Amino acid sequence: MTILIKNGRLVDPSQNIDGTRDILIKNKKIEGIYPTGKGPDADKVIDASNCLVIPGLVDIHTHLREPGFEYKETIKTGTMAGVRGGFTTLCCMPNTKPVNDTISVTEFIIEKAAKEGACTVYPIGAITTGQNSEELTQLEALIRAGCRAFSDDGRPVTNSQIMRRALEYSKIFDVPVISHCEDLQLSEDGVMNEGFVSTIVGLKGIPKAAEETMVARDLSLCELTGGRLHIAHVSTAGSVKLIREAKSRGITVTAETCPHYFNLTDDAIISYDTNYKVNPPIRTPEDVEAIKAGLKDGTIDVIATDHAPHHLNDKEKEFDSAAFGMSGLETAFALSFHLVKHDLINLNDLLSKLCVNPSRLMRINKGTLSVGADADIAVVNPDTVYKVDSSQFLSKGKNSPFNKWTLTGSIEQTIAMGKVYDWT
Amino acid sequence: MIRSKDLLGIKELTPEEIYHILDTASGFRDVLRRDIKKVPPLRGKTVVSLFFEPSTRTKTSFALASKRMSADFVNFSVSTSSVVKGETIKDTALTIQALGADFVVVRHGSSGVPHLLSKILDISVINAGDGANEHPTQALLDLFTIQAHKKKFKDLTVAIIGDITHSRVAKSNIYALTKMGAKVRLICPPTLMPAEVEKLGVTVFHSIEEGIKKADVVMPLRLQLERQRKGFLPSVEEYFRLYGVTTDRMKLAKESAIVMHPGPMNRGVEIESALADGPKSVILEQVTNGLAVRMAVLYLLAGVKK
Repeated sequence: MTILIKNGRLVDPSQNIDGTRDILIKNKKIEGIYPTGKGPDADKVIDASNCLVIPGLVDIHTHLREPGFEYKETIKTGTMAGVRGGFTTLCCMPNTKPVNDTISVTEFIIEKAAKEGACTVYPIGAITTGQNSEELTQLEALIRAGCRAFSDDGRPVTNSQIMRRALEYSKIFDVPVISHCEDLQLSEDGVMNEGFVSTIVGLKGIPKAAEETMVARDLSLCELTGGRLHIAHVSTAGSVKLIREAKSRGITVTAETCPHYFNLTDDAIISYDTNYKVNPPIRTPEDVEAIKAGLKDGTIDVIATDHAPHHLNDKEKEFDSAAFGMSGLETAFALSFHLVKHDLINLNDLLSKLCVNPSRLMRINKGTLSVGADADIAVVNPDTVYKVDSSQFLSKGKNSPFNKWTLTGSIEQTIAMGKVYDWT
Repeated sequence: MIRSKDLLGIKELTPEEIYHILDTASGFRDVLRRDIKKVPPLRGKTVVSLFFEPSTRTKTSFALASKRMSADFVNFSVSTSSVVKGETIKDTALTIQALGADFVVVRHGSSGVPHLLSKILDISVINAGDGANEHPTQALLDLFTIQAHKKKFKDLTVAIIGDITHSRVAKSNIYALTKMGAKVRLICPPTLMPAEVEKLGVTVFHSIEEGIKKADVVMPLRLQLERQRKGFLPSVEEYFRLYGVTTDRMKLAKESAIVMHPGPMNRGVEIESALADGPKSVILEQVTNGLAVRMAVLYLLAGVKK
């Protein structure tokens, strides 16, 4: 089976390509790139005129919820949501039930993804058993089973000594340790950003310091150990500043943010709409600007989704007791592409943060259109304007604060391991 | 004219609406002075209270206000209801509506619950206190009481003392008083001051002597005694030494100043006992005025087209 995608503008930062090209897929791999009109005949032809042809997006921060929370999402529905959003590789966080802290869970995820998944899935193993910050998991066994990184996401590693050991020990395997930075005493019972808006709505705030003190701790530990620290979901101006300063001193840190941290501010919570409830919380306009500046100057390497699907029952309740998290896979590209439309970063840089950098971080041969790589491609119409309808999400989680938003840039086709999903 | 079928907070009201409620309450205040205190406007209407937090005075006040207006009042007792069996607040609220209630008076420890119910229900929702957000009928009765003594709001200086962060009474009073043109001073330790509260147009003091100076109205708030355990305060005794409203400290306020308290009081913690019982205290008047204000709120909301 061969597929030719022709007439599109092919953009691949991994090979410094940006121009109209035809691209041929054969046996689930990228077979060749040709000047437009020079591509060979194929069994199937996709006309990508007026469209961008880009590497399939790579998300290093997805909650697929399976095993244990299948009522929120499954590997099947989560990966379908991924391909609907242009993602062809998802790295799933270990806070499932049971936690992915043993090879049996890792193997379960990999087997399930191979059988039912719409795209490639790489599990992220827990740093500590049961995510309890007490003892390290069997890193080597988990890596052998298929884990590509370690994180206790959803919770911080509260014990600094254990975090130090994790950053040290993981050097044997050259894997990243992804830190959910939150001082649980400072964030205690908080449900939104602490500031003027939390005062107005009377909800308990989470100060920016709850994130920043932990970022500062982990940067110190990274400097001490030389481990590969990756800071998850950066949400504050202060964190951006700390990471920028650390990078300037050569500390081996990388960082990610998520579309909601550069598209939303806490004043939205005046409505008490629980779809805005997320951890870390959406912050202030000043933080949004700092996040954008961090994306522009390279302080923030990766845009990840932190896709956190929830059932309506977990969201349609009191703000204090509603679940944290947003369903993000199906809106992430357009919300990020907005930055290009407004000339904040160029398309090449955007795709570096959505494809190339996440793949490098995970040491996977993804996020590239180079010959021989897996046929993971997204075809995007950069001019389509559409209204988000979260009820139409393929994810089980309809919990999107971006419902009814008008966005630009639609995923026309996704090709995942050579399989074509046509959304037109 | 009242625009909304619900009373969610003072934030949502215009000064005109507030005056309208106070004027209406004034009429009902006269009714309460009569020998026969019952009037017929809400005959055939049903008020259901849904209190997720313990309350005696507010619930009793709403019950009496309903009965004085000839409405039926039913208490949906949370501790013995299906709520403890795990029913969601949405289902509880819909059940109350299906039972034929016209008003639901709700108190909940989580801010925003009345707003959630207002989106779900067609009947009137009255906020009787939500989390650290608002307690609008308390602020309305406080305004009513201030108006009775001071005849105006403009340029009055009102000092609110205590745990501002956790106090929905303080929040509603800040909105109410600033909307009516009064000057609001907040006095409390920095640990109990909400973030960026100055943006609401109030002045912040950490010294009670400074803050109470030349005030027209002095309003200490109830101090939740568990604040000490949470590290907001070293001790309740120290709080009284630093922030307790005493007869001596009242000498710094205007000669004509009144002392208010939303109740229930901790005598010897936020207020000196003698002061609470003294001539400057209007604390029991507040309670009576609360009835009139709640009658007015029920009456006016009943007239809003749904």
